[in-house]
Amino acid sequence: MAAHVERGTDSTTSIKNMSLKKSLSAAASLTLQIVAECPVTKARACNLMLPHCAVNTPVFMPVGTQGTMKGITVDQLEGLGCQICLGNTYHLGMRPGSDVIEKANGLHGFMNWKRNILTDSGGFQMVSLVELSEVTEEGVKFKSPYDGKEILLSPEKSISIQNSLGSDIMMQLDDVVSSTMTGPRVEEAMHRSIRWLDRCIAANKNPHKQNLFAIIQGGLNADLRKACLHEMTQRDVPGFAIGGLSGGEEKDDFWQMVTLSTDHLPREKPRYLMGVGYAVDLVVCVALGCDMFDCVFPTRTARFGSALVPWGSLQVKQKQYAKDFRPIDPDCQCPTCKRHSRAYLHALFKSDTAAMHHITIHNIAYQLNLMNSVRQSIVEGRFPEFIQTFMKRMFPSRDQYPSWAVDALASVNITLE
Amino acid sequence: MTPFCSFLSAAAAGDDDIFPRLVVPVSVIVVLATHLATPMAGNGMKLELSRVINGRSRLGVLKGIGRTGQHSLEVPGCLLYTHLGTVPHLTQDTLHTVSNLPSVTQVTLSNIAEHHEVLEHFKDGFRKFAGLHDTVLYCSLHDPAAPCPTGYTTNKTVSVWGSPGRIELTVAKFMALQKTVQPDWYQSMADGETWQNNTSRKRVQKSVNRTLAHLDECLLVHQNSQELEGVEVFGVVEGGDILEERVRSARETAKRPVAGFCLDGLQTGSMDQDLRNQLTAAVTKELPEDKPRLLQGVGHPDEVLACVEAGVDLFEGFFPFQVTERGCALCFNFDISPDPERAGRAPRAVLELNKEDDAARDTEPNGELDLDQTQTMYFEINLKDKRHQDDFRPLVEGCGCYCCMNHQRAYLHHLLVTNELLAGVLLMIHNTAHYLSFFGAVREALAKDRLDLLKRRVLGKRGGMDTSAKEPRD
Ligand SMILES: [Zn+2]
Ligand SMILES: [Zn+2]
Repeated sequence: MAAHVERGTDSTTSIKNMSLKKSLSAAASLTLQIVAECPVTKARACNLMLPHCAVNTPVFMPVGTQGTMKGITVDQLEGLGCQICLGNTYHLGMRPGSDVIEKANGLHGFMNWKRNILTDSGGFQMVSLVELSEVTEEGVKFKSPYDGKEILLSPEKSISIQNSLGSDIMMQLDDVVSSTMTGPRVEEAMHRSIRWLDRCIAANKNPHKQNLFAIIQGGLNADLRKACLHEMTQRDVPGFAIGGLSGGEEKDDFWQMVTLSTDHLPREKPRYLMGVGYAVDLVVCVALGCDMFDCVFPTRTARFGSALVPWGSLQVKQKQYAKDFRPIDPDCQCPTCKRHSRAYLHALFKSDTAAMHHITIHNIAYQLNLMNSVRQSIVEGRFPEFIQTFMKRMFPSRDQYPSWAVDALASVNITLE
Repeated sequence: MTPFCSFLSAAAAGDDDIFPRLVVPVSVIVVLATHLATPMAGNGMKLELSRVINGRSRLGVLKGIGRTGQHSLEVPGCLLYTHLGTVPHLTQDTLHTVSNLPSVTQVTLSNIAEHHEVLEHFKDGFRKFAGLHDTVLYCSLHDPAAPCPTGYTTNKTVSVWGSPGRIELTVAKFMALQKTVQPDWYQSMADGETWQNNTSRKRVQKSVNRTLAHLDECLLVHQNSQELEGVEVFGVVEGGDILEERVRSARETAKRPVAGFCLDGLQTGSMDQDLRNQLTAAVTKELPEDKPRLLQGVGHPDEVLACVEAGVDLFEGFFPFQVTERGCALCFNFDISPDPERAGRAPRAVLELNKEDDAARDTEPNGELDLDQTQTMYFEINLKDKRHQDDFRPLVEGCGCYCCMNHQRAYLHHLLVTNELLAGVLLMIHNTAHYLSFFGAVREALAKDRLDLLKRRVLGKRGGMDTSAKEPRD
């Protein structure tokens, strides 16, 4: 009896100590301050404190796959106000390899980026880029496209590479299945992702300075999603990603899975919706309660001459812009719009790659400005009005609003005018 | 030396039908030239030479340039090379990380001609169209870094090659373009197709005659165009590898009211340096002291030094771009400071690495050895080379450019092997900065009588030039 009490006392104390330690370590590497919450929707504006600097959310994170942002220097990226960008573990692990990056003091040192970096687990690229990959409980087996050698990407290996990269936010290795897949494989992948999360947590050598995010799986099945949420939110991770979406599923399914996830995620931790970057998707998913987004689209599309504007996009290479002497967006304050006309950019596309850089700069500025405006409106308590104005500008008429967006916004009490 | 026979007899023997003015007596031509000069008087451009060494190498400042005359350019110097007004790979932000940029930006009709109609609509000139604000604009005919197919010139036309292919220009079209471009300087229309080996004497004479005829026609239109008031014309000296034709071309061009001279047909690859030296020296001897000489198509550091000694003032700044495109970084030494403590300020060469380069190149699996191989390996390092993959030094120790201050060779190597666009951006910044500093060193060497030291530094162990030099034809 006495021993039991003692033991109980001991264990209570040690749990207290553990949780104290945990919150301390969490405080050292990541804290989320909620600045404002929209009284109507689920949107929130936060300050996400990360090791290299604070990040204002909601945030769009540009993707620099190979440790570079498509012809933009780190100073230009910083000048645009970018506080966090992505690097891809699969690509960087292949070339230049984690040993080189480790010698360069991590990815920050290698690319000389002074702000935050988020790295993915490498699993998604493996399954989508490499033909001969095989998933077992151990990990993802694949043949290197460079030397044909068989490589195993296990949860431990993924975390080890990400530890070498030194990213501020790491992603767990998850068992990725196509978002349109149904049946037992989806359930298996969900459970395996939970097991792999535990292995990733155990493998993280730098929990005090590298934050490991869990990835919610479960496909388009609400019960599986809930089960995954239930399990993963019991783990002590600093943040959560909503995964397994943006893979060609119906938008109606997409937004319902997003909103279901945010309903079950803890308020005090950041929520990262993976692979989302179209302007309408961003605004709607902020309303559904997401804080962080990433997508290759804005920088990839720039290289084909597609400039993002509040009314959609503008294809600079099209003939109609050859004599159009206005800036891409007269209201945009980016270095491209302040100096160059559509006509000049149109002409420059025939002569030099700098034309792409100009559009890339504009598109990153567009994404970051959009999120800043979203945040500002949340802080000032006028996010619902912002959504109305945004939608009116984006679509020529009410009947062109995508029905999924109308429904999603209705679910958070916004009736589009 | 070679006796120079009269240009009159040479012209009479050639195709004087297209250039009837050449058969009139010299005195008349002089009068004509003086007469032509009158309406162009009043421009503010002035070349102030502070030193002339051995009667040829010139140190000075070109003052009062640009329409408002507020710019100046130190000589010897180079122009800012661009694609359609944009330094390759660079935006204004990245370009302006480079200090001491030349005040003169070069654009080429080969880039611009296809946009003639757009510029006509725009009305405010190319400078404003390209978002260039504070620069002198020089418009040349061809892109010195792009191949220009031969065989398309006629008595009345030259062709430039742009993105849609060949565009044929008559003097009328050429001048209409200049009126819409509204440069500060432009190169007069020229037939420059005489640089190939063994071009016949007749063809060379024809090119000199045509080029003079084009110049006179250009000047005539120019003087009757209000849009071109205050704009300077650079006359083009042709003559292939025939000394006599070079001299005739120089003398005749000098009689026209031009603000400066373009030396055409002497570009890298067309002839060896010894022949170029002889021809250039013979030409500059004929040109007035007070006007700048711009040598087209030459950019290698060793060639630049030799041509400065032959009396050239200005170069087209395309060489850093070519180096960038082959994934290389300029690394040659031009530190002429006797004070070793200063060594950290000026870029130091990477001599030991250059030696390694020799070996590395031999075993390079896909090593396409171009003709300039022996020259380039002393001036640049190839960052695609595998041994840079974990080399965490800057491109050039002590270089103050944005690239060297912020990035390491290993990163550049990675960007190159992954075909990332940032490689071109960072290399272009470094190569431009390095090249401009080299020109600074050339001027310093002229000012301090250290040209020989500079030559030794730049040439490294290479020493003298090719000894199997060709003689100019006379
Ligand atoms: Zn813009
Ligand atoms: Zn440098």
